[in-house]
Amino acid sequence: MSVPKLEQLSKSVVQGPSLATGAIPKVDWTELPVEFKSGNYAYPAKKDKVEYLNSQKGLYFPNAREWSPEDDDWKFPENWKEIIIKGLAERLNKFRSLKIFMDCCVRCGACADKCHFFLGTGDPRNMPVMRAELLRSIYRNDFTLAGKVLGKMAGGRELTVGVLKEWFMYSYQCTECRRCSVFCPYGIDTAEITMMMRELLHLVGVGINWILEPVSNSNRTGNHMGLQPHTFKDNVDFLADDIENLTGIRITPTFNRKGAEVLFITPSADVFAEPGLYTAMGYLLLFEHIGIDYTWSTYASEGGNFGLFTNNESMKKLNAKMYAEARRLGVKFIIGGECGHMWRVLHQYMDTMNGPADFLEVPKSPMTGTVFSNAASTKMVHISEFTADLIKHGKLSIDKSRNSHVKATFHDSCNPARAMGLLDEPRYILDHVVDWVEMPENTIRERTFCCGSGTGLNTDEIMELRMRSGLPRANAVKYVEDRHGVNTLACVCAIDRATLTSLMGYWNPNVTVCGISELVGNSLVMDGETRGELEEGLRTMVF
Amino acid sequence: MKYAFSFLAVIALILIAWLGSLIPGMQYFFGVAVPYLAVLVFLGGFIYRVVQWAKSPVPFPIQTTCGQGKSLDFITHNKLESPDTSGQVVGRMALEVLLFRSLFRNTKSELYDGPKITYESSKWLWLFALLFHYSFLVVIIRHMRMFLNPVPALIGYLDWADSMFEIGTPAMYMTTAGLLTGVLYLFGRRLFNRHVRYLSLANDYFPLVLIFSIAATGALMRHFLRDGIDIVAIKELAVGLVTFHPTISADIGSIFYIHLFLVCTLLVYFPFSKLMHLGGVFMSPTRNLKNNSRAVRYINPWNPDIKPHSYAAYEDEFREFMVEANIPVEKELEPPPEEAAEAAPEKKEE
Repeated sequence: MSVPKLEQLSKSVVQGPSLATGAIPKVDWTELPVEFKSGNYAYPAKKDKVEYLNSQKGLYFPNAREWSPEDDDWKFPENWKEIIIKGLAERLNKFRSLKIFMDCCVRCGACADKCHFFLGTGDPRNMPVMRAELLRSIYRNDFTLAGKVLGKMAGGRELTVGVLKEWFMYSYQCTECRRCSVFCPYGIDTAEITMMMRELLHLVGVGINWILEPVSNSNRTGNHMGLQPHTFKDNVDFLADDIENLTGIRITPTFNRKGAEVLFITPSADVFAEPGLYTAMGYLLLFEHIGIDYTWSTYASEGGNFGLFTNNESMKKLNAKMYAEARRLGVKFIIGGECGHMWRVLHQYMDTMNGPADFLEVPKSPMTGTVFSNAASTKMVHISEFTADLIKHGKLSIDKSRNSHVKATFHDSCNPARAMGLLDEPRYILDHVVDWVEMPENTIRERTFCCGSGTGLNTDEIMELRMRSGLPRANAVKYVEDRHGVNTLACVCAIDRATLTSLMGYWNPNVTVCGISELVGNSLVMDGETRGELEEGLRTMVF
Repeated sequence: MKYAFSFLAVIALILIAWLGSLIPGMQYFFGVAVPYLAVLVFLGGFIYRVVQWAKSPVPFPIQTTCGQGKSLDFITHNKLESPDTSGQVVGRMALEVLLFRSLFRNTKSELYDGPKITYESSKWLWLFALLFHYSFLVVIIRHMRMFLNPVPALIGYLDWADSMFEIGTPAMYMTTAGLLTGVLYLFGRRLFNRHVRYLSLANDYFPLVLIFSIAATGALMRHFLRDGIDIVAIKELAVGLVTFHPTISADIGSIFYIHLFLVCTLLVYFPFSKLMHLGGVFMSPTRNLKNNSRAVRYINPWNPDIKPHSYAAYEDEFREFMVEANIPVEKELEPPPEEAAEAAPEKKEE
């Protein structure tokens, strides 16, 4: 999909007539048209993917069909209105968060300019409060006394096909990053609202392919890339070959091995594409370095969970593989790789949905003896927690100078920052392996800006939108690039590694993106290594 | 134009109370019946709403962490922004409810050529929101002196402290000024802040106009329209209301009935509006949950029974590939029957 030239977009963001730049639309937001045109929407889910998902036990994906957002007729089922209202009623009864967030907003506007989509597009309906109003107006109209009596006067509006189209547009212009919820005086979390809008849309057969295909792949092959077991293994073995070429160390990772002490699960993108591959090489080197008894799984070969972007049933079904596989293999605990939304699921949903994991043991580092009491129930440890502990206990032989070609800054991924509070572990690691600086304070830690393409929006057909919504992040990187000569953006998220690469390529082409574990792997002094001068660390091309 | 409706509505309310209270016999309606009804609706409605919220479970621990979670010993845990215990949650909630912690974070973004985006700290909303809410709170507590006989010493002190600058006779209360200033700021930003202007609804202007009118009529009564105001008669009525022996004397001026009617309107409006944020702020799951969801299992009462796509089914689909790639399997490959049959005679020929 064509993306405007850098100069063009730079100008448009600042000077274009938008609410962010000072132009107040003349008409009320309910009167603003929703226009779908090539480039401003993600492609609808393919019919066969929806049919496959609908055939899976515990999942419900009706109304599979061919359709396009550009068509007038979206081929909703005849009783679509009843389905949506019933679906909303059901969700109001299941989620207190939804009820409270529908009722409590005072529209103070503190969230308005906290959203990266709003900052990049200036579209008023991308202010978190407005995004919520898209649903709230329907809620008022059909579920509150004031709305039933006063209707429009009380901020209610009737549910129409146009409203559903609006939901589709704006619930997929939200990455559920939760930045707004940090600033909201009531903690109103737009992610909760967007999730509900997406769930409701699935009830009438509206979803995007970039999410539902990964969901169906994850279900069938174990990972969202759709890698079959032998391919998955091949990919990891290739990385081991690369490591041998670079360092002279031969690593032989194992797969689906029963009796291993630890099961390691990471987003499959790490074994599939650059720059995640280097992060995966970092994991392999780290585990080899400490000699941990661990196995990969091809069945549970996806850390990420595209169900989170779909509905809670899909999320549960996909996530359930982790414990099922840990039980089957008889491991003691699980280590999870670097990923953002994956860790939201692991930290806030997994144990509740698929626990108790009483067949596992409270994670205890075999190297340092540290008991991870913060993971006492889920039995799953974040690789950064695990690595930081190893460094603290002097278990790693690190040569920081091996990262001397890197001047890094650190991007807090939304979910580890705002749904886990995993902020200082990666920083502790960075302090020990690389020279790095922080971005400006309003763009890091709990106030971090999203990459702009999370929650399944990192698809190419909406590239302009992604470059716009990623602008706040890119802009903060630019700040430290200009001042401190930063050339690397480190992160702990697989989606980031993919999306920030596109984003940097567009806004800051001299900055590369890497995972923390790549920098760790890069700096490790391995026993018996025959490593030459690697000018670009694990990325050095050797022939 | 949304704010115009709010003005019209409040003007209508004022007229109703003013003209109504002039009709002989209607004083009892405005002074006794309406207040009882309003308090009843307020209490009933408030409880109803909170119960309605409480009826829906919180299925997942969706805390928003605003600081470092509890982790390794050498990583400093931010107890108030990422609480691990109930006590820490109370601390976080206290900061939120009493000091508006989250609003304190507020920033204002600006776009410049380049493009360049800046985020400046912006604490005005926080400051005026605090001023507004605390002034309102003190005003309400001060009013208790009307309903209680004898007046508790504490309320006496508060009254004294609130008017200690002794501006005017009777001395002006600081909180009256604070409340009016707060409302004016909150109203003003709805008009002049372009984001807020665009997103504001009639539901946002109405309570501000109403509260402004309540404060203004209160101040008018105290400072300017004192002629018709017999404080003894008002106290008699107020005490009578709380002791369920209300008596109305004819000496109370219309301004009092207007003030009271507007307060009653606010009470009735409260439970059915966004003003319920008073209750909601305590129940927001992103703020009032512990961030210990990996250490202690959180229970979802409606956890659906959904099983993963089974390993057995997975292995059945990919067994051949797995065996070929030396990935361990649960069930070894069985040679397909026709191949086995074909293989046998071939061997014989060899």
